[in-house]
Amino acid sequence: MPDGSIVRPYGDTTGDGMVQTSFTLPIPPGPKAEGAALQLANKMGIEPAMVVHSHGIGGQFTFFVVYGSVRHLVDLDAVHVEERAYPLLGSKEINSAIKDRLRRKLVVLGACIGTDAHTVGIDAILNVKGFAGEKGLEYLREMAVTNLGAQVTVPELVARARAERADAVLVSQVVTQKDAHLRNTRELAAAFREAMGEYRPLLVVGGPRFDPAMAADLGVDKVFGRGTTPGEVASYLVHALIPQEIPA
Amino acid sequence: MSTLNLDPTLMVRARELAARAAQPVIDLAQRHTTVSVERAVLRLAGLSGTDPVTGDGVEQDKVPWVNRVVDAVRDQVGLESGVALPVWHALASGAAPDLHTLAEQVGAGTARFTIPEGPAAERAREAARAAVAPGIARIDANRRRREELVATHGDPPRRPWIYLIVATGDIYEDIPQAQAAARAGADVIAVIRSTGQSLLDYVPEGATRTGYAGTYATQENFRLMRAALDDVSAELGRYVRLTNYASGLCMPEIAVLAGLERLDMMLNDAMYGILFRDINPRRTFVDQRFSRMVHARAGIIINTGEDNYLTTADAVDEAHTVTVSQLLNETLAHEAGLEDWQLGLGHAFEIDPDRAESFRLELAHALLARALFPDAPLKWMPPTKHMTGDVFRGYLLDGFFNLAGALTGQGILLVGMMTEAVVTPWLSDRDLALRNVRYVLNSAGNLAEDFAPPPGGFIDRRAHTVLTEAVDLLGRIADHPEGLIQAIADGTFGITKRPPDGGKGLAGVVELGPDAYNPAVELLAGGSGRVREEEAVGA
Repeated sequence: MPDGSIVRPYGDTTGDGMVQTSFTLPIPPGPKAEGAALQLANKMGIEPAMVVHSHGIGGQFTFFVVYGSVRHLVDLDAVHVEERAYPLLGSKEINSAIKDRLRRKLVVLGACIGTDAHTVGIDAILNVKGFAGEKGLEYLREMAVTNLGAQVTVPELVARARAERADAVLVSQVVTQKDAHLRNTRELAAAFREAMGEYRPLLVVGGPRFDPAMAADLGVDKVFGRGTTPGEVASYLVHALIPQEIPA
Repeated sequence: MSTLNLDPTLMVRARELAARAAQPVIDLAQRHTTVSVERAVLRLAGLSGTDPVTGDGVEQDKVPWVNRVVDAVRDQVGLESGVALPVWHALASGAAPDLHTLAEQVGAGTARFTIPEGPAAERAREAARAAVAPGIARIDANRRRREELVATHGDPPRRPWIYLIVATGDIYEDIPQAQAAARAGADVIAVIRSTGQSLLDYVPEGATRTGYAGTYATQENFRLMRAALDDVSAELGRYVRLTNYASGLCMPEIAVLAGLERLDMMLNDAMYGILFRDINPRRTFVDQRFSRMVHARAGIIINTGEDNYLTTADAVDEAHTVTVSQLLNETLAHEAGLEDWQLGLGHAFEIDPDRAESFRLELAHALLARALFPDAPLKWMPPTKHMTGDVFRGYLLDGFFNLAGALTGQGILLVGMMTEAVVTPWLSDRDLALRNVRYVLNSAGNLAEDFAPPPGGFIDRRAHTVLTEAVDLLGRIADHPEGLIQAIADGTFGITKRPPDGGKGLAGVVELGPDAYNPAVELLAGGSGRVREEEAVGA
């Protein structure tokens, strides 16, 4: 272990700086290609660099494996890690958090409201099929998930949430014409506030054009933007709805 | 090929139970039609294109004429008789000179539909039959053409066939990538669809360049890609097959388009849409039967989706659900006219690699499928669930997956990518993946010859256990009064419960009336097409 705050990559000797990388260049294989790979490696800070392997792919491309010592130093004091407000949990952790600490199923309702017929967002988050290699919330054994689909009216959604004692209501909005997504979300928040007051479920909205910083302004608890995965949503629900473990 | 000796009584029992469990589904499919089945009829009769006044400019956002016509018929007279009777009655009565003009009248709001009776109904049926026959003839001609091209260029030199996915979202980017993949050794090219297309209740039109994580399945995209693969097949002296997805809400229409454009394989599972996409069970069962009748006629090999079960459940504990689904898919496929050589029944290499004996368990499961379905070209799917981003470990795991495929005589091998769960495959990822496959098939492709797990040994016993569990589960499904439909409602497969009246697309399911007529069903089945009558005589 280094004693200071400066470290270098470790091959087999402290401070040797050894790294290994691979990449493809859009040029045919040959001595010129190897020279090109070395030039790139040097510019990446790998010096001396060794092209230990190369082969052509389909005539017009060459794949390289490069080993070498990287000049750069890592200053640990300058490393700052952004902490997410809540930890990202795996499905096992989510299920056991609900089971152990809530001791009943977490009830989740999802819908597209207003005239928006684009269910791709809510489907990606809820369907077992999921999104970006992550299974949707339906896959979580300890969540009771109902996807109401598209064009659900706000009063309908409030009634269902009340009847099913929903812990959380998830709404996705794709259509943004004339800021319909913002208007619909405010309407949603107002309707739940009026009907259920402080006993309203957790309100979560999402869509590609939402700014995650707008939650308070829109009157909801959380706003998710483009590229949100089911795991992030599920982790947030656990964070927001499940009591923290009592410290031993 | 297979070296397992499964208990023959247990195998017979499994198939009897599967047939019993599936019977309510078959009855349901025969008693109903769907909007997509009816649109498929119009597509077979040559209706294509979109209503120009719909959508906002982009061709792929406009509403296809087939949707406009089926919706209009439904609004005016309902779909209980099918779309053919009112449409060809209108045409036979001289309302319009051809189907396309009639569609334009629908667009203009001037078309009037009625259900004909007596001689007028007979005249409409004849006209409909004559209109749909050329579509079926084109599917038949494509099948013959494929057989000719396979005879000319040849099949891949060995099994398994190497199956590679292309997906850029832009058909004009997909084409060179697909050709490059074929040159690098791929025998089958699959063009994965744009995210969410399975939930669209229409088939987009035209050549498309803007898909998300995949390229839209459209008739024009099918045509472009098939033509490009024909070129590369001639260059390579090997017929390169093309695959797409007959799943989701437009399964019947996509199947028809695949037949019309000579696609060679289609992903087509009887239950996938229900379980993983929350599509209504009735909708799916009616749609899958029609789409499979089309695939049967077109000589298309279907690929079923059992691999998905193992991505959501433990691959050892739930191994028997794969076997159950394979048996159900087989029985439903046979009923729709598919033959064994067309059944690319799915399964996957998804056991946790940290589990002791995981490779032996994989071999047992793979051999069980091989022994149970000796004449089906099984579809062998690579690891995804335990691909963690450690690409080095992933490359090794894919090597073992390839070895298991070679050792157990799998028919179609989907090439695994070491960058699974990291990025959409790079050029170099595909190249490395194909090198992995080539190494394994060159070095061990014939090892199956020397591989004979002893009776009573670990592999033999495990296969027997899984088959026994599968028979138990099939027994429970068959004992449900509504068979498979109720079993799905109870959450028997995976963890999701799918009630018969839930999910997307239920509104598009219609119970057939006594005069229902579907010329495509008639021509595909070689029967009467009057679906209820057919059922009454037990066909």
